[in-house]
Parts: sequence; C-alpha cells; structure tokens
Amino acid sequence: MPTHDLNVTAVRAVNDALHKLPPDTNETLWQIDNPEGRHAIGVGIDAPVDVEINGHVGYYCGGMNKQASIRIHGNAGTGVAENMMSGLVHVMGDASQSAGATGCGGLLVIDGDAAARCGISMKGIDILVKGSIGAMSAFMAQAGSLVVLGNAGDALGDSIYEASIFVRGHVKSLGADCIEKPMTSEDRDRLADVLRRGGIDGEAKVEDFRMYGSARQLYHFHVDNIESY
Amino acid sequence: MSVPPIRTVPRFSATFDRYTISEIQRAAATGIYDIRGGGAKRKVPSFDDLLFLGASISRYPLEGYREKCGTDVVLGSRFAKKPIRLKTPVTIAGMSFGALSGPAKEALGRGASAVGTSTTTGDGGMTNEERGHSSLLVYQYLPSRYGMNPDDLRRADAIEIVIGQGAKPGGGGMLLGQKISARVAKMRTLPEGIDQRSASRHPDWTGPDDLEIKIEELREITDWEKPIYVKVGASRPYYDTALAVKSGADVVVIDGMQGGTAATQEVFIENVGIPTLAAIRPAVQALQDLGMHRKVQLIISGGIRNGADVAKALALGADAVAIGTAALIALGDNDPHLEAEYQALGTTAGAYDDWHEGRDPAGITTQDPELAKRLDPIVGGRRLANFLSVLTLETQTIARACGKSHIHNLEPEDLVALTVEAAAIARVPLVGTAWIPGQGKY
Ligand SMILES: Cc1cc2nc3c(=O)[nH]c(=O)nc-3n(C[C@H](O)[C@H](O)[C@H](O)COP(=O)(O)O)c2cc1C
Repeated sequence: MPTHDLNVTAVRAVNDALHKLPPDTNETLWQIDNPEGRHAIGVGIDAPVDVEINGHVGYYCGGMNKQASIRIHGNAGTGVAENMMSGLVHVMGDASQSAGATGCGGLLVIDGDAAARCGISMKGIDILVKGSIGAMSAFMAQAGSLVVLGNAGDALGDSIYEASIFVRGHVKSLGADCIEKPMTSEDRDRLADVLRRGGIDGEAKVEDFRMYGSARQLYHFHVDNIESY
Repeated sequence: MSVPPIRTVPRFSATFDRYTISEIQRAAATGIYDIRGGGAKRKVPSFDDLLFLGASISRYPLEGYREKCGTDVVLGSRFAKKPIRLKTPVTIAGMSFGALSGPAKEALGRGASAVGTSTTTGDGGMTNEERGHSSLLVYQYLPSRYGMNPDDLRRADAIEIVIGQGAKPGGGGMLLGQKISARVAKMRTLPEGIDQRSASRHPDWTGPDDLEIKIEELREITDWEKPIYVKVGASRPYYDTALAVKSGADVVVIDGMQGGTAATQEVFIENVGIPTLAAIRPAVQALQDLGMHRKVQLIISGGIRNGADVAKALALGADAVAIGTAALIALGDNDPHLEAEYQALGTTAGAYDDWHEGRDPAGITTQDPELAKRLDPIVGGRRLANFLSVLTLETQTIARACGKSHIHNLEPEDLVALTVEAAAIARVPLVGTAWIPGQGKY
C-alpha cells in the first residue's frame, strides 16, 4: 500500500501521483499520514481508490472527488468534499463550514458535527451528519438529501430549491421559503437509503425524522414577496 | 372678445426627464424593479476623454504595414505551467449559455478562434459546442457553481474565478424563467421555467486568505497547468488587485460599470461601481507597488468598442481587454434591419436591452429555438472575426503612430486628457498643459 507522510512528501506530489493513476490501477489503497491541517489533500481524484488520511485536514479535502472513498481519521476544515461528483468522503471527527458545498453526487458522512453552511448550494450530493449542523445550512440547496441526526441551527434551507433536508432533532429556525413537508414513501426510501449507505441502518428510524424543503414561493419574482428579496 | 392665453412651450424637467417619469409610472404599475441587459447608459468619464499625442520631432513613428508592431499577449506566466498565448490583446468576456443561445456561444468561439484569441464560459457551465469551437476557452468559477465539475476544469485552458462584474459589483446572477429551458435547467440543476437568482457570494470561501487556499485547491485539481484569473467588478481596484495578487492570481480582470450584463436591476447597473477608465490606474498602481506589473497580467473590460479604446487601456497599463456587448453587436444584436421587430417589442434598434426576456429578434440572447436559429454561427463567427481584426489593426495603427514596435510599449506619456476629470482619473496631463490634477505641477 502506498503510504505518504506529508511531513516528508508534499501534498502536490501526493495529489499528482493520485491524478496519474490509470483507470485499471491495482494501487487502490492509499494511506496519508501527518496531514496536520494541510489544505487541498486528495482533491480532484478520479479513480476508484481508498484513501485513508490519519489526522486532521485543512480546507477542501476531497474536493471535486470522483469515484474515490476518502476516510479522514480526524477533523476537516472548510469545504470538505466541496463539489464532489461521486464516491465517498467520510469525516470521523467534526467538519468546519461549507461541508459538501455545491456537491453534485456521492456521499459525505460526518460522524461529528458540521459547522455553518453545511450543504450550501448542494446539487445532488447526499450528506449524512451524525451530530448537529450550524446556521445557514442547505442555503440555496438545489438537489440531493441532507440528513442530520442531531439539531440544525438558524435559517435552515434558506432560499432552498429542490433539495430535501431530514432532521431528527430540533431546528432552530427555517430560512426564507423553507417549510416542513409531509414525507411521501419515496422520501422515506431516499432517507432510508442515505442512512443505510452511511452505515447506520437500524440505529436511526425513518419515522423519527422531519423533512424540510422548498415552499416554491420565491420561484417567480412577485411584488408580494418583497420582504424575502 | 377673449384674447387667447399666451403660453410658453411645454418645458420638460431636467430632474424629472421623460425616462424618469416613465420609470416611476412603470414601478407604480408593477411593484417590481426594472431588470434589463447591457451596461450603464449614463455618460461617465471614459476613453473618449483621452487623446494620443502621436509622433513628432522627438518621437519617430513606425511605417504603417512595413514595420512590425507586435500584438501577442501571454496570460498566466506567473504560476501556470501552460500560460495562454493570444495573437491579439482583445478577448471575449464570459457570457453564459443560458443568457446566450447555443449558436451565439458557438459563433463567439468560432470568431475568437479565427483570430487567435480566447473566449469564456459564464454562469451556466461549459457546453460541448463551446469547447469544440473555441481553441482557447476560459472556464468561469462563479458563486453559483452551476455545472461546475472537474472534467470541464481539466479541459479548460484557463480558470476565471468570478468575484463580481462591473454592471453589478456585489450582485449575483439572474436568469428569468423565460430563458430557463429544459437544457439550461438541467445544466444548472434547477427546475425549468423558474426565475433564477444565483448567489452573490462564493459558498466555500470568504475574504482574501480563503481565496488563496481556494486558488491553491484549483491549481492542485488541475496540476498547476492552468492560468487562474480573478475577475472583479470595478469598485476598489487598488485593493482588489493587491488582494488578488496576494491570493496567488495569475491574471486580474477588472470590469467597469459600463460593462454589460444579461439581466440586472437598472438601479444596480447605473449606480453601483465605477467607470472603466477610473479602474485602470489604481489597478496598475497596485501591480507596480507589488513589483508585479506585467508579471501578473491585467485585463480590462467594460464598454470597449474600438481599437482606440483598446490602445488607451493598454497605454494606461493593461495587458489585454475583454469585450461582451461589442461582440454581441458584431454578431448582429441591435441590427437596424430588425427595426420592425424591435418596434413591436416597444423599443428601437440601438436601444434594445431586454436581453433577459429571451425574445431577442437577432436570436442571440434567447433560448427560444426558433429565434436562436436566426443566428448562423458560421456567419456570426466570421463577423466577429472581422470585428476583432479591425480592433487589432486600429490598435496597431495608433501604436505605430506613437512609434511603438509592440502594443505593450504604449504608455501613459502617449496620452493627454480633454477634461480636467479625465486628466485626474487617468493621471495624464490636461491637453495643452503639463497639469495632472492632484500631482503637484501647476
Ligand atoms: C449577455 C451577457 C452575459 C454575461 N454573463 C456573464 C457571466 O456569466 N459571467 C460574468 O462574469 N460576466 C458576464 N457578463 C459580463 C461580461 O463578462 C463582461 O464583463 C462585460 O460584458 C464587459 O463589458 P462590455 O459588455 O461593455 O464589453 C455578461 C455580459 C453580457 C452582455
């Protein structure tokens, strides 16, 4: 298994090696030690590899990931898995703000809490947060599911489009045009699917969640919406 | 017998002019601000207020056509492994697929490629047509991140991080429902037909320290190959330029308030941001103060119309310019041949700016397939290539007259200003004097 100590090898060299992997590589297990909060670790990977990162990472770890499974044995800085396309990013600790921002696909799992703006502008990614999320999460979220076992901060789902938010705990406040919605059987299936893929099948029951989404009142400019503009 | 009253002719107010009155009436009837395309229409200090001095006894001109006057530009020489090499200093600015039709984007690519310059995507992602027809394509990285993906990043020739636009510094994008066709909606991951507003702030970074890390991430994803531009609307050009340089940009793009937009509130277009002319000297000053002039390149846009504008921007220190509106006009926007159709839309050729409505008779700012068909991308591309060639020739004409063997040798000393304002703003002497307001001479 290729092992890289970031106190010895630069992030650039590791990313370069990951980018040069041929599609049929059998070097599928990568270990990265001593990340020590460095930024942009494992960004832009496009190969079905498993990357184990032992320690805390800085900004944008796993950014734009395609196919790879990246496990962070520590906390993650701003924008972990930002704009992910597919694959998995799993943060064993807590995540800073804008986790999973603009993600288009794949699954982001955060074992701890996520700070503000979790899932901001998400475009199809699924995000599972086992702890709680901060304010302004799922702001302008377009598609995908944000599942939270804990609580949500202020202005959840402000100006949300067609993403779905499932929260088991308490929601401090909802943002503009975000409302609680009844869950259809399809919604329940989607939620169950995210829970299953996040490996917490059974531990959390679908019935314990409430779902939030767009009231679709801001989809057209209208004088009566003036307070929301 | 009654005497007819003697009246004055009707007097219109300078304050409540006809346009202002019509806007109050429109606002009262609809309850919503006016949205339109184009840039600031008010008169502002501009390149028109500057003149070149040309050669004289102390300066030799170059012989037109015979002596070479170089026009090549390299963008991204600071960090990128693969800088962009242009044959002309005029590039095509970012205009989204969505705001523009597919054939219009293709025509821009064809025209730009024919003369060896770049074109730019926009707030809506990269299309295959556009990539295919643009030999040099700059991929915009916007707050909305619509359609953003690593494959398109890797197939781009450069990346432009958009912080703002001259028409609306501090404003996000707008695309009204009429233009959110099925294809546009899919590319943006949005429901069809909604009035779409894009974010005005980036979702995963705030401030220059974060921007530096964001640029590092984009470089890592693309293996340090692509030049990274940072585009700002002109408002605080000195500090924005300095901060972009500090954040690691290869190229700074500054767009003045005359710069076009596809759809923005009129009040925003006309009242926020500063004129293009006013942005150049502070930006160049910042580059010089940091020892980065010509190392980090400066692209200027907003109301560039002809080779004189290009030459003046370069003389004040820019490395290249970008055009939007003029390129659309070259394709056929606001063509007098369409007058009857403009009249039917309540406007006239030369004033049509309802680009947000998607009913463009020229088939450029629309997603209506029937209207879009009106623009032949091959003919449009040819017209744009012609126009770009004229801009280049005009720029060279002026440069040669000033005795320069390369357009980048134009300098502020070649210029004078017609007005005190322009002299102060451009930091060149008032014509016929040695006076640069604010610089201590008499
Ligand atoms: C129809 C249209 C669409 C535009 N879309 C974008 C965009 O998506 N992103 C962007 O950064 N600027 C956009 N702009 C601004 C241009 O990139 C450029 O800054 C401006 O057009 C330059 O000024 P000019 O039109 O006077 O040449 C758009 C402009 C127009 C006219």
